[in-house]
Amino acid sequence: MALDEHQPREFKVVGTRPLRPDGIDKVTGRALYGADMTAPGMLVGRVLRSPHPHARIKSIDTSAAKKINGVKAVITGADFPEVRKGEARNVLENCIAFDKALFEGHGVAAVAATSAAAAKAALRSIRVDYEILPHVTEIADAMKPDAPVVHQGFVEENVPAGHSENVITFAEYGHGDLEAGFAKADRIVERSFRTAATHQGYIEPHACLASMGPDGKADLWCCTQGHYAARAFCAAALGMQESQLRVTASEIGGGFGGKTTVFIEPIALMLSKKAGRPVKIVMTREEVFKASGPTVSSESDIKIGMTKDGRITAASAQLRYQGGAFPNFTIHMGSQSAFAAYDLAAVRSRGLNVLTNRPKQAAYRAPGAPMAIYAVESVVDELCQHFGLDPLEVRLMNAARKGTKSSYGPTFDDIGLIATLNAAKAHPHYSAPLGPDQGRGVSCGFWFNFGGDTSVSLNINFDGTVSVVEGNPDIGGSRASISMMAAEELGIPYDRVRTVVADTNSIGHNEVTDGSRVTFAVGLATIKAALAAKKEMCARAAKMWGIDEDAVVWEDGCAKPAGANAGDHDPMPLARIARKSPSTGGPIAGHHEVNADGAGVSFGVHLCDTEVDPETGATKVVRYTVFQDAGKAVHPDYVEGQMQGGAVQGIGWALNEEYIYGPDGRLQNPGFLDYRVPVASDLPRIDTQILEIPNPGHPYGVRGVGETSIVPPLAAITNAVSRAIGTRMSQLPMSPPRLLAAIRGKAS
Amino acid sequence: MSKIHVNTSINGDTTEFLCEADEPLLNVLRDHLHLTGSKEGCGTGDCGACSVTMNGRLVCSCLVLGAEAEGAEITTIEGMADGETLHPLQRKFLEHAALQCGICTPGILVAAKALLERDPDPSETEIRYWLAGNLCRCTGYDKIISAVMDAAAEMRGG
Amino acid sequence: MQYAAPKSTAEAARMLADAKGVARVLAGGTDLLVQMKSGLIEPDLVVDIKAIDGMRTITQEAGGYRIGAAVSGAELGEHAGVRALWPGVVEALELVGSTQIQGRCTLAGNLCNASPAADSVPAMVAAEATVRVIGPDGARDCPVQAIPTGPGKTSLARGEFVASIHLPARPAHASDAYLRFIPRTEMDIAVCSAGVSLVLDRNGTCQTARVALGAVAATVLLVKDAAAALVGTKLDNAALDALASAASAAATPIDDKRGTVAFRKEVAGVLARRAAVIAQQRAGSEKGADT
Repeated sequence: MALDEHQPREFKVVGTRPLRPDGIDKVTGRALYGADMTAPGMLVGRVLRSPHPHARIKSIDTSAAKKINGVKAVITGADFPEVRKGEARNVLENCIAFDKALFEGHGVAAVAATSAAAAKAALRSIRVDYEILPHVTEIADAMKPDAPVVHQGFVEENVPAGHSENVITFAEYGHGDLEAGFAKADRIVERSFRTAATHQGYIEPHACLASMGPDGKADLWCCTQGHYAARAFCAAALGMQESQLRVTASEIGGGFGGKTTVFIEPIALMLSKKAGRPVKIVMTREEVFKASGPTVSSESDIKIGMTKDGRITAASAQLRYQGGAFPNFTIHMGSQSAFAAYDLAAVRSRGLNVLTNRPKQAAYRAPGAPMAIYAVESVVDELCQHFGLDPLEVRLMNAARKGTKSSYGPTFDDIGLIATLNAAKAHPHYSAPLGPDQGRGVSCGFWFNFGGDTSVSLNINFDGTVSVVEGNPDIGGSRASISMMAAEELGIPYDRVRTVVADTNSIGHNEVTDGSRVTFAVGLATIKAALAAKKEMCARAAKMWGIDEDAVVWEDGCAKPAGANAGDHDPMPLARIARKSPSTGGPIAGHHEVNADGAGVSFGVHLCDTEVDPETGATKVVRYTVFQDAGKAVHPDYVEGQMQGGAVQGIGWALNEEYIYGPDGRLQNPGFLDYRVPVASDLPRIDTQILEIPNPGHPYGVRGVGETSIVPPLAAITNAVSRAIGTRMSQLPMSPPRLLAAIRGKAS
Repeated sequence: MSKIHVNTSINGDTTEFLCEADEPLLNVLRDHLHLTGSKEGCGTGDCGACSVTMNGRLVCSCLVLGAEAEGAEITTIEGMADGETLHPLQRKFLEHAALQCGICTPGILVAAKALLERDPDPSETEIRYWLAGNLCRCTGYDKIISAVMDAAAEMRGG
Repeated sequence: MQYAAPKSTAEAARMLADAKGVARVLAGGTDLLVQMKSGLIEPDLVVDIKAIDGMRTITQEAGGYRIGAAVSGAELGEHAGVRALWPGVVEALELVGSTQIQGRCTLAGNLCNASPAADSVPAMVAAEATVRVIGPDGARDCPVQAIPTGPGKTSLARGEFVASIHLPARPAHASDAYLRFIPRTEMDIAVCSAGVSLVLDRNGTCQTARVALGAVAATVLLVKDAAAALVGTKLDNAALDALASAASAAATPIDDKRGTVAFRKEVAGVLARRAAVIAQQRAGSEKGADT
């Protein structure tokens, strides 16, 4: 049986709830995050940002800034070498403008100075000559034939003719005969939806400390989800070899996808290069909102046909996303995921991606899926209401299962959707009575989950403890889970294993911490590294016993003779082999490098009850339950944490969070006062139920869990609210003014 | 412009520092006193990550001038544990997995400690409203509430 | 920037009057420091009034209470006397911001920041509170309503600052209440708000009423028609409907990122009605009310 494949077993460590290794530092304030590092001679870096959403930069005069006492470096986009067309170039141009300011907040120049006051004075003294251009921030406006062109040269080959040059991507997925399918339906609902851009809302602003020496070698400390990606982007931006740049990932104060790229790091490195001193840049909260990577906003047109007993006969989606002034892949993921939960004979998703004068979008937990699935699950709910059918029964009838050809192509193996739907149906929440002004909503959710490039090294210390070296910043407690898997595989207690996230010089390449990949891929690599270490330890025991390597096996943390024929030797524990290792051949380690595939998709179902005040439109979330398939929950507390955290982000997205642009193209709410994330008093308990349908592609059955949970809340809340007020809502967020208008509209 | 000389007490330790007139206490703690446990999440009093107590009152240190610390008693996250003995709240946060990324944790711990010192038996609703000024984006607050209630019970001797 | 912490009101007034450039008073700092951070204000001088005698005290006066300008929301909330006499004013200030903000924010600061959406101002206007203004020429008293003149603007002359706020005595069978609408449960600026103060007779009939609306105009609106709708009634449904209609009609809000005109007008009426009912319940349950 292949080593990748899941084999059922009794776990000793996996599935328990030990304390996390970085916990003490985090509850005492000792942990060092992006902004907590200092260096001797450190300068303060600040970025000058465009006040205009779209403008040609005719000239930048930095002469006055350079004369200010304490200013050690001043740069603009012109200081960077030419970067070849591609994502690295786009990322750099999003950090600092080349010839055009493409969004309000776009960096146009930067300074490094010995004090914040000097840096502030320097920014003020820089003269930028802007030629203001007309701007577009909304999808519909950007698609008009006469719309101002935001950024030339990105239209992909397959984009249908006749669109504005801002329409740059076309995606299409699906199979079957739609017309025939719709003809079989007893009712077809066609409805259009809109969602606003949202922000990941991590509490830690981007921060970095860059130090480049005159020899061109550099060190970068930053809060990031992927220090290898940061290295690649920065090296390309600075025109340096990757091996000359060592990136260390700090502890990270939240990312959710928004820290998988760079916004200030190339700037800090270039300033450091020019100044010959370390430069620290910390974004203000306003800069985070204006100049990091919010999500796409969307328009979608959904059409679904259903028979009166609940069978979906055909389904189609037209999606239009905007992700700022640069390309992105999100429209593909949205188009692929829209109908993923369903087993459909006739299905099609088409998507267009549009450029606007907004910052370059970044991933946010299942990028592209929440807005697409929100629309689909709303229409399914509307059809259930029309026919008076139970929403969970209808999902069960149409659910994707093993053997389903998915709406985006691949055929599903073992998946957990039906199990989560049945769990929801059986849960007391589903049959609890509702009070006045209350409604109950249901939604499925889905995410692909990814594998990716991974390198792990596992070292057996002479004292019998184990050090696992990996390269994925820990955003949710993964170091604990990695240690647990290593301990499980080696057969030793959890507290003998320590997992650290090493810098880019110390271990091979690692894909960013995204795609819900770490517990799956780094776990897989750790297990394999442990297997390699066990093989070597068996060889050492064999040597000490004077028997054949093949005659030794590993069991319960010890090397043992394979059978009576191998000789009468007591089991040799790992600690003894470790202690003896200098004399049996030297230090013992196992390592594994892989581009992991076999990540299993993760389905979830959310139930929620809301109460809407009919006189004000105020919405209270009264009860919320999350059901999700984790494959195998390595550390159940952390799996629950992902389910709860993603659900609450989705609740905020559904009810209050949105990027509000004025007609002047400027962001009106770049702060936590008016960008309204859920606060503790807004929420009830978020109950959770973990299902475990093992992923055949992982030795322990692990599936990624981090992203799926943000997907269902948008429709679960919408369906609950729509049922509570008796009117179907089709725009997010459902802020009170919108709800009250809908309630009034229904009354009149 | 010359700096202001301030005499204060931080976590019980007599402390003096120099700061600019317009420098917030948060900057003083982090940049001059190297107490980086208090975090800047917003700088405008909307997130609570910079929470400290000043003369027994829970405040946002980003909205207090360093100069105002003159003669005051400030407590920060760094003063919560007693040497190597964690405060019950700190222990319960670990036991209940009430933190994921941990950036909001110092502010929430300081705020929760202030609550329990004034009300040893708060209801879930009271805890949620007291902590409304401490944003958490990772946990959805659920395990934080469990940890605070469990710590309160332990501190009451339950 | 200079920071000063004078020990007397006269010294503070002189510093403010003599300041070259922009001078600001610092009490709780929960508006000032936010505005400094955003670059909206760059004061040349900040005058911290917290070291002045009386700024942090609450004393009984003329049957009511005089509240020093630096008394925080938390301290006000802990004062049983003020809470009992003017529960609406206390609950209004207690709605400002988080627990952390409550540790610092003040009635005087909330008033002088002159945001149209300030929470404590409608309640203070309904209560007929007065302020004591200290300036280079001495002290003067004026109604709370006279201070804000527009968004971010006050009637205070150069060198003047608010030293204290007086909440008046109140007859029996009287109380007040304040409600605001926000989209979350905390941490938001009021989208619209209503402060209602009622005096009933011992039979429960309304003798006088004051209905003040917030966040629906450039400054707080005292709506005489709304109050008139309650006088002479026992706040039956017809009277409350008339109150709500009058409040909605008087509101002249704007569309902005927090709410629409239609929403604000409608909800102002809803809140006025709900606040009136709470004030009535409080007034009716006061000790000394005849059965």
